Amino acid sequence: MSDQPLHRTLGLTDDEALRITELMGREPTDPELVMFSLMWSEHCSYKHSKPLLSGFPTTGPRVVMGPGENAGAVDVGDGLAVVFKVESHNHPSAVEPFEGAATGVGGIVRDILAVGAKPICLLDSLRFGPLSSQRSRHLFTRAVAGIGHYGNCIGIPNVGGEVSFDDRYEDSCLVNAMCVGVIPHDRILSCAARGIGNRLVLIGNRTGRDGIGGASVLASAELGEDDADKRPSVQVGDPFTERKLLDCCLDLSDRGLLVALQDLGAAGLTSAASEMASMGGVGLAIDLDRVPLREQGMAPAEVLVSESQERMLAVVEPGRMAEVVALAQRHELEATDIGEVTDTGDFEALWRGDEVVRIPARLLTDDVPMYDVPRTPAPAAAPVDLADLPEPADPSAAWLTLMANHNVASKRWVFEQYDHLVGAGTVRRPGGDAAVVLIPGTNRAVAVALDCAEWHCELDPRAGGMASVLEAARNVACTGAVPIAATDCLNFGNPEKGSTGWRLAECIGGMADALRAIDAPIVSGNVSLYNESPGRVIYPTPVVGIVGLLEDASKSVGHAFQHPHDVVLLIGYGEPRVDASQYLGRAEGSPPVPDPVRESALFRLLATAADQGLLASAHDVSAGGLAVTVAESAIAGGVGADVAVDSGRRADETLFGEGGGRVVASCRPDHVDALLALAGAGIGVARVGTVGGHEVTITVGGSVARVSVADLARVWEGSIPEALEAT
Amino acid sequence: MSATRVAVVKFPGTLDHESAARAVAAVGGEAVPTHHADTALPEGTNAVVLPGGFSYGDHLRPGAIASRTPIMGAVKRHAAAGGKVLGICNGFQVLCESGLLPGVLRPNASLSFICRQGDLEVADSGTPWTGGRLAGEVLSMPYKHHDGAWFGDPGGSRVVLRYRGENPNGSIDRIAGISNLGGNVMGLMPHPEEASDPLLGSIDGRVLFAALLI
Repeated sequence: MSDQPLHRTLGLTDDEALRITELMGREPTDPELVMFSLMWSEHCSYKHSKPLLSGFPTTGPRVVMGPGENAGAVDVGDGLAVVFKVESHNHPSAVEPFEGAATGVGGIVRDILAVGAKPICLLDSLRFGPLSSQRSRHLFTRAVAGIGHYGNCIGIPNVGGEVSFDDRYEDSCLVNAMCVGVIPHDRILSCAARGIGNRLVLIGNRTGRDGIGGASVLASAELGEDDADKRPSVQVGDPFTERKLLDCCLDLSDRGLLVALQDLGAAGLTSAASEMASMGGVGLAIDLDRVPLREQGMAPAEVLVSESQERMLAVVEPGRMAEVVALAQRHELEATDIGEVTDTGDFEALWRGDEVVRIPARLLTDDVPMYDVPRTPAPAAAPVDLADLPEPADPSAAWLTLMANHNVASKRWVFEQYDHLVGAGTVRRPGGDAAVVLIPGTNRAVAVALDCAEWHCELDPRAGGMASVLEAARNVACTGAVPIAATDCLNFGNPEKGSTGWRLAECIGGMADALRAIDAPIVSGNVSLYNESPGRVIYPTPVVGIVGLLEDASKSVGHAFQHPHDVVLLIGYGEPRVDASQYLGRAEGSPPVPDPVRESALFRLLATAADQGLLASAHDVSAGGLAVTVAESAIAGGVGADVAVDSGRRADETLFGEGGGRVVASCRPDHVDALLALAGAGIGVARVGTVGGHEVTITVGGSVARVSVADLARVWEGSIPEALEAT
Repeated sequence: MSATRVAVVKFPGTLDHESAARAVAAVGGEAVPTHHADTALPEGTNAVVLPGGFSYGDHLRPGAIASRTPIMGAVKRHAAAGGKVLGICNGFQVLCESGLLPGVLRPNASLSFICRQGDLEVADSGTPWTGGRLAGEVLSMPYKHHDGAWFGDPGGSRVVLRYRGENPNGSIDRIAGISNLGGNVMGLMPHPEEASDPLLGSIDGRVLFAALLI
């Protein structure tokens, strides 16, 4: 055992320990110090990132509830709001991928539930090392299995997201999960505790020793060689109990039995109760002996910070307790009165009759020291000189190679392990640009996408931040939906080292600019720092979730070509570039800088075209460029196309380059003129080809790339399963 | 005349009760939510649906614990009296575990959960469950399961639906759905409730819900 003082082993600095003593006016007890160490960890307090987050737009006419509660909410008409958030579970997944990823899903679902909303879909954004690495294959397959196991069993369709592979994620994989729920405005629950004398009720699972210190020692530190020792800090999921908890809490909320609701996530009861007290401006007194335990001999500090899953904390009026307990029993769950709301403002905890904790709640939540991160700029990256990149002799062969690239190839292996249809609301399934899910009881739907342009963020963080927002929003816009709001998960390395702090600030700046331009405020978010190991820091990975609204779900547009003789159109702005493209194959060069103003014109054009029923398909040009985009529409439709473009650039750059805001669309021949007439505001609409046949042919000047749809599909669909079979 | 009352049973962990209820309503029936701990079906029940999901978290074996809940006694009495019962996915597993249908559902040959849209062909046009469809006609529906490989003696039941083309789970004889010899109890792994709304791409599943109302 180390002879370090307790505060250091808990991850607190000497200055922070002094500040705690000063704020308390005395030495904290051991349980109190443990509570501070968790609440003041980066994971719970955002002490390195909060000052930067103030740059995000968070208000707008549709915003019902901005950041600050468990999840944000935006109006979608008919008195309904959608509630959503994306959150990371990176460190646990790197240590134990199955349970780490599974409990990541469980946690984000409870955030949505805490608002009282009924979850309608899940998405996830994943990053691993290359599949040539055995460790990465293990992390990838087990994380996907964990997400599937948990998500399938709780009955929330997992409708989309993204996966990519790069050396930089070999040690620190990323597992981000997003959940979207729906709720009538007037039923939104707050986590603010109210009503002196009201009861504090713990609902769901019993409390055990799993996940002790998850937020501090695991999630707020770099990964290292002793990670195996951190396995006890990973929580263990029980999706069956989560499903019962969902049913039970929605039932309790329907009957108006809840004054406030909060989930137990990072730092467990400590975080849940202190936030409830602090938000409500009240105190809470908890009798730890009443907390139902899973194992014997737990110390009070362990009960206070256990991250045992599938637990919710509710505030209930004393007179309604019997109804709450009876309803929980009907769902075969425990609901236990563990304390009450007080007027002291303190977080009090009793253990065997003794007061072991008395902390003014706001010290835990509001008095956290904030740190400015060093902002050391990285040198600007030089553009790729095409002269250094030999042009492929056979563009068709280069095309097939790119189709097999794991960052381009079909992710069917992943999404077929997820139930993406449960709930009977999935209008557009995974594999397209954005998922489209019905808003229950209406003809409306939400379109949702999660994206990040991490190579761009590495090379030009401001442009990369913009690109991440616009990529997600363009995916949503391709379905015909109007992007209305956003959530984000900022995955970065150690902000105190190198240029990470600068990249974080720049990415946030670029994201904020793009979000303002497209009028999509951020309503919730999460920050995950310290995603690095000795010698390997992840790319800046600000994952952006965009939610769009379709007023009429029957008008949604898919990415598959529909009918022979339909006309292929290229809609958008900007030029293809090889810099930071999958064709180049590495984060190198000077990525194109997007134009958010033109981008929002593109989104308006797509929404108008979809609303007027002009589009047969629309598909965003992203990883792999124009050739891959056309191929994906052809594979999805089971029909070929003949396309000719001339960008005035080299053929390979035209075929495979990325950048700008471009969409490959198709339409019936009699709709072409109406679509051409929508061009303007810097957005071009060009007729580039025809749907039909069994081959996809793309002609660029004198260069012709031609591959059968069957061969494209075989390579694209087979690539990831083959890499996994090679084990 | 009032609508046919269809009891839609929810066990702890059942997931598809709401979509099954919507599918019942889409064909003109009245869905009545039914709690697993009740000992009787709702007053005036004409037919029963056991929807899909993960009842009791698939603990022990899929469907094993649900098959021993109080409501299943009432479902058995209903079936014995000739009443119709439709079990979907986990509901099919519950029917096999409770002995209302023969056989068992084993883990998929791939040992993975699989979610896919698939084609089913009508194998026996003589049961009420496929309406007027002829043998060989195709119904498009999603299937999504980890334990969907039916194993047993096909002679002890009537094979109503078979997977067309690829068999997703390795079931005997490509079986996707069977009924009892009497024809009033039907179980299938695919999800007709997710093929009952034109927005979702197929309404082929409605035929199974319509059969409950006859």
